[in-house]
Amino acid sequence: MSAITRDEVAHLARLSRLALSDEELDHYATQLDVIIGSVARVSEVAAEDVPPSSHALPLTNVFRPDEVRPCLTPEQALSGAPAVEDQRFRVPRILGEEA
Amino acid sequence: MSLTRKSAAELAALMASGEVSAVEVTQAHLDRVAEVDPKINAFLHVDAEAALEQARAIDARRAAGEELGPLAGVPIAHKDVFTTIDMPTTAGSRILEGWRPPYDATVTRRLREAGLVILGKTNLDEFAMGSSTENSAYFPTRNPWDLSRVPGGSSGGSSAAVAGYVTPLSTGTDTGGSIRQPAAVTGIVGMKPTYGGSSRYGLIAFASSLDTPGPFARNVLDAALLHEAFSGHDPLDSTSIDAPVPPVVEAARHPDVAGLRVGVVKEFAGEGYQQGVLNRFHDSVELLESLGAKVVEVSCPSFTTALPAYYLIAPSECSSNLARFDAMRYGLRVGDDGTRSAEEVMALTRAAGFGPEVKRRIMLGTYALSSGYYDAYYGQAQKVRTLIARDFEAAFQQVDVLISPTTPTTAFPIGERADDPMAMYLADLCTIPANLAGNAAISVPCGLADEDGLPVGLQIMAPVLGDDRCYRVGAAVEKAFESRWNGPLLKEAPAL
Repeated sequence: MSAITRDEVAHLARLSRLALSDEELDHYATQLDVIIGSVARVSEVAAEDVPPSSHALPLTNVFRPDEVRPCLTPEQALSGAPAVEDQRFRVPRILGEEA
Repeated sequence: MSLTRKSAAELAALMASGEVSAVEVTQAHLDRVAEVDPKINAFLHVDAEAALEQARAIDARRAAGEELGPLAGVPIAHKDVFTTIDMPTTAGSRILEGWRPPYDATVTRRLREAGLVILGKTNLDEFAMGSSTENSAYFPTRNPWDLSRVPGGSSGGSSAAVAGYVTPLSTGTDTGGSIRQPAAVTGIVGMKPTYGGSSRYGLIAFASSLDTPGPFARNVLDAALLHEAFSGHDPLDSTSIDAPVPPVVEAARHPDVAGLRVGVVKEFAGEGYQQGVLNRFHDSVELLESLGAKVVEVSCPSFTTALPAYYLIAPSECSSNLARFDAMRYGLRVGDDGTRSAEEVMALTRAAGFGPEVKRRIMLGTYALSSGYYDAYYGQAQKVRTLIARDFEAAFQQVDVLISPTTPTTAFPIGERADDPMAMYLADLCTIPANLAGNAAISVPCGLADEDGLPVGLQIMAPVLGDDRCYRVGAAVEKAFESRWNGPLLKEAPAL
């Protein structure tokens, strides 16, 4: 049985905001099936009582004083923008026509 | 001897004594770039004029009697995943083609302040995902030992540039082995510092709990000098360790392993390992014993599941980190024709801007984090991560350092594993545990494999903040091997 179906890969592509072609979906479905089948080996490790580690080092939140510090100018912040209008990022429409 | 054959320490001494100028050193390396880079394709970007300008500034400061750092005027190349305010930064991806960051990474900034001269930016697997540099969106880099083979990855441009005598020093990042593996397969030194010992600020993120900047050099002392120059606490990185930098340069100058307890990781041998790699590893064990080290076998059973755990954790973090490439604030934007929604533009841009390996990992990570699969995959991988850290802890109760081959095989031919992701992932088999546990680990050359005459690396792993042990043992191994070989391993590499 395959670990992942083509429909599931299409769903993952949607969640990942990747507009993939049918051909790409077929290709990735085959590859992801092999990869997931292999990494599933982690489930064979008996680890019920083991706490998970999200980080290598035991770090807690780090704070700094809430003080005004120099930051990027609007020109610097916008310097890499694909589109700019009135010193702002210009983006495609976010809401539907009806909204 | 040509200036490009000299080590960073030698170049620094020549400049400090006034025998050569920084401009002469920079020009010699720029000439070498022009001569050799068309063959190895190590660089994505070279700025000769900016490099000479930096060199002139160093010479002027020295002439004015200013006290300069120990690496002032020494050339360096940065992996193109560190932001540079004066050069494009692409992460090897089309999605960032032509992007000029508005700020410098901490590593970049500190090395500028230390007076190093930036020759350019080196090639990498896209977003540092890969083990061969074939995943670069621009072109593959070639191994100076054999131009038909990969230079390792993801920091393959940086390893090839150092091995090809194009620069004495370069920077890399190591998330699952991306410094140590390319160093091993090109016959040079590469170090993954303790996680949090080198700043991630301005490093384009792949997997934030694993990404670690580190040095490449042709010898252990040079690597230590570079390590020290960019390390130390950085308030701009919330996972930066607020502790003194381990005495790495001091350690590199004291190559002594008498009485040191060395553990051989039992799990890293056997099936999948090239015989020539195992032979050179056994030579290294004998060498360490002859130098007075006490070598014992150590078992770290969880290391056998490090690879699958890594290929769940790293893609999970990557799927989240790479969400920032949304076509809105910087980078590529595709399909914005005035009718499409932001979401459609986003999906079209990401499909056009990311290469196949990045897409695979984003989808794999999205899968591992999905409700219904989270506990079985990401959650379970995090538990394995705990077990790996416990194995290291137990091992370091018995020994001072652990050793293994850095990679299971020597450099493989370009194209051989390009369409087989699982085969490619195996290149990281021995390097991943140190990433998952945050330990320090170095790769140093330990000879040539019998079958193919290609370089083999010895990995030396030390506890968290035990970076100096990597350098002490590495320097001892280097010194003993070089006296046996009558010089560095790299002298065996064919002329380019």
